[in-house]
Amino acid sequence: MADLQPDNAYAKDRFPDPKKTVEFPEDVKKRFDHILTLYPTKEAALLPTLHLVQETWGWISPEAVHYVGGLLDLSPATVFGVVSFYDMYDQKPVGKYRLRVCTNLSCMVSNAYDIYEHLCDRLQVHPHETTKDGRFTVLEVECLGSCGTAPVVQINNDYHENMSVEKMDALVDQLK
Amino acid sequence: MEPIKVLTANIDKPNSASIDTYLAGGGYESARKALGMKWEDIIQLVKDSELRGRGGAGFPTGMKWSFVPRNAPKPTYLLCNADEAEPGTFKDRVLIEKDPHLLIEGMIISAFAIGSNPMAYIYIRGEFHYGATVLVKALEEAREKGFLGKNIFGSGFDFDITVHRGAGAYICGEETGLIESVEGHRGQPRVKPPFPAVIGVFGGPTVVQNVETLACVPLIVKNGADWFKSFGTPKNTGPKLYCVSGKVKKPGVYEFPMGITLKELIYDHCGGITGDRKLKAVIPGGASAPMLTPDEIDLPLNFDAVMKAGSMLGSAGIIVLDETVCIVDAVWRLAKFFAHESCGQCTPCREGTNWMESILDRLERGEGRQQDADLLLDMSDNIGGKSLCALGDAAIGPVISSVKKFRDEYLHHVTHKSCLPGTKRYRRLDMPVGAH
Ligand SMILES: Cc1cc2nc3c(=O)[nH]c(=O)nc-3n(C[C@H](O)[C@H](O)[C@H](O)COP(=O)(O)O)c2cc1C
Ligand code: SF4
Ligand code: FES
Repeated sequence: MADLQPDNAYAKDRFPDPKKTVEFPEDVKKRFDHILTLYPTKEAALLPTLHLVQETWGWISPEAVHYVGGLLDLSPATVFGVVSFYDMYDQKPVGKYRLRVCTNLSCMVSNAYDIYEHLCDRLQVHPHETTKDGRFTVLEVECLGSCGTAPVVQINNDYHENMSVEKMDALVDQLK
Repeated sequence: MEPIKVLTANIDKPNSASIDTYLAGGGYESARKALGMKWEDIIQLVKDSELRGRGGAGFPTGMKWSFVPRNAPKPTYLLCNADEAEPGTFKDRVLIEKDPHLLIEGMIISAFAIGSNPMAYIYIRGEFHYGATVLVKALEEAREKGFLGKNIFGSGFDFDITVHRGAGAYICGEETGLIESVEGHRGQPRVKPPFPAVIGVFGGPTVVQNVETLACVPLIVKNGADWFKSFGTPKNTGPKLYCVSGKVKKPGVYEFPMGITLKELIYDHCGGITGDRKLKAVIPGGASAPMLTPDEIDLPLNFDAVMKAGSMLGSAGIIVLDETVCIVDAVWRLAKFFAHESCGQCTPCREGTNWMESILDRLERGEGRQQDADLLLDMSDNIGGKSLCALGDAAIGPVISSVKKFRDEYLHHVTHKSCLPGTKRYRRLDMPVGAH
């Protein structure tokens, strides 16, 4: 199979490495089995299963896509199609901390871009890139549903509200 | 008008999310009562209350329930829409995190009334990780007490709820996009008809209902339709949560009888405009709602009045912009949002939203052309009504209203290659565009 793999970077990202296989650890497998019981079709378990993948390995690798396809009787292309549609599924390894800065209107007029641009400058990354030490990924995101306490930054699962450049700096210092 | 505490009655109590707190306030009594009623009578009660959907469209809830066929070949489903991704909206999150049992009780009653299958789903946006954990815990508590599961209150009704997490896609708030997403697909809206009430999720009749709508249901069962109608005005009834954000002194979620005026809400309850500056524009119902100018805000915030004023109450996400905000910058940000969130199925929406974003961007960069304002209107004409779902129409709301109401400000960007003096662009223009 290896010689069939196209040489361009886009396709490479989407082909599993035949030498690598992935499998859920036992406890995650149990959660997966439980998820299957909650829906009338196997396919409906796809989104929750992809959340499990991301929780387990931090991102959704091509190997994981094939693995999930196998678990749910879906083609890898179908799974890729879903993974790439939803913003929260990461198709590349990301930093230990995802800094998701909302810049939608209510946050924007509360100076969210100052925070976002400051983070890119301070961490020396382009938007949506990860720092060289693998700690931070800076992301510009759409409204987080917390506009009354703008500006808002989501760090991994947690919301940080009423943010400012100073508070952001203090948080980043802590997370180092 | 005085603020009320009806939907928000519990949220300030200590441990408000726990079942003990909820039960101490008479919780689950409405569900007990409803499950002893005939389903037809519950639907009639909700119709009589004139409850209208709080998710955006304001569709009469009882009427929607009466469209559900009772003898369909596939099971009937209830889906709770907790996607809350309309910019400017943050009310459902309060109910989910602070009073999850009110929502669960509302779902039990609604599911019983429509003849739902034993399993319903709460579709919660992926970002609300904390909200999802609160719900999962609350569901577990309700199961332990026998409010969910087999033979609830000895009525013979079996029912349970699963939390289904989204993964970051605004379009999954659209009801058929949501249905697709529950089924494990990309959240691409379906052609209607068939309407979800007839053929929805997993091929069965489906009712999709917003969190706040479902939260009203136990209160209606408990206090009656007339009580519910004592809030607001005919056809625009009930307690209502308003989300206020942007340039006001006290942003937040406010509860009033439906129909407080925008002016009173902003100036008497939210403390007025930040820094006592002048108001420039208000978006009354989330990013999809056309903008209003200061002379238009003596307006009752109910479905019909806001519609008559050329905008919409939508999700009641009120975004306030003051005189220092550059309108082109604000509209650019909304256009960018819609371009990013278009699901890509329809050419006018997919191409048009991106194109509008780039025209607004070039105006901001001082590269705009004399005809750009009209070009934006022309493009809006080619998106509105020519796309499959309401996102296309939503995307043009802020564009058309701002071009019509602030045309001079648009032209200023062309002739002076900068924002109006005294207004500000919030972002730097030299940032590289990140990969999405
Ligand atoms: C693009 C788009 C996004 C939407 N997002 C939401 C949402 O996040 N939450 C919601 O309750 N309704 C949303 N809606 C409205 C739903 O399609 C649907 O009308 C609503 O969930 C019905 O419930 P209701 O009658 O209780 O309001 C959205 C509609 C569109 C067109
Ligand atoms: S109008 Fe836009 S979001 Fe809606 S279905 Fe068409 S492309 Fe998708
Ligand atoms: S605009 Fe940032 S949370 Fe809504």
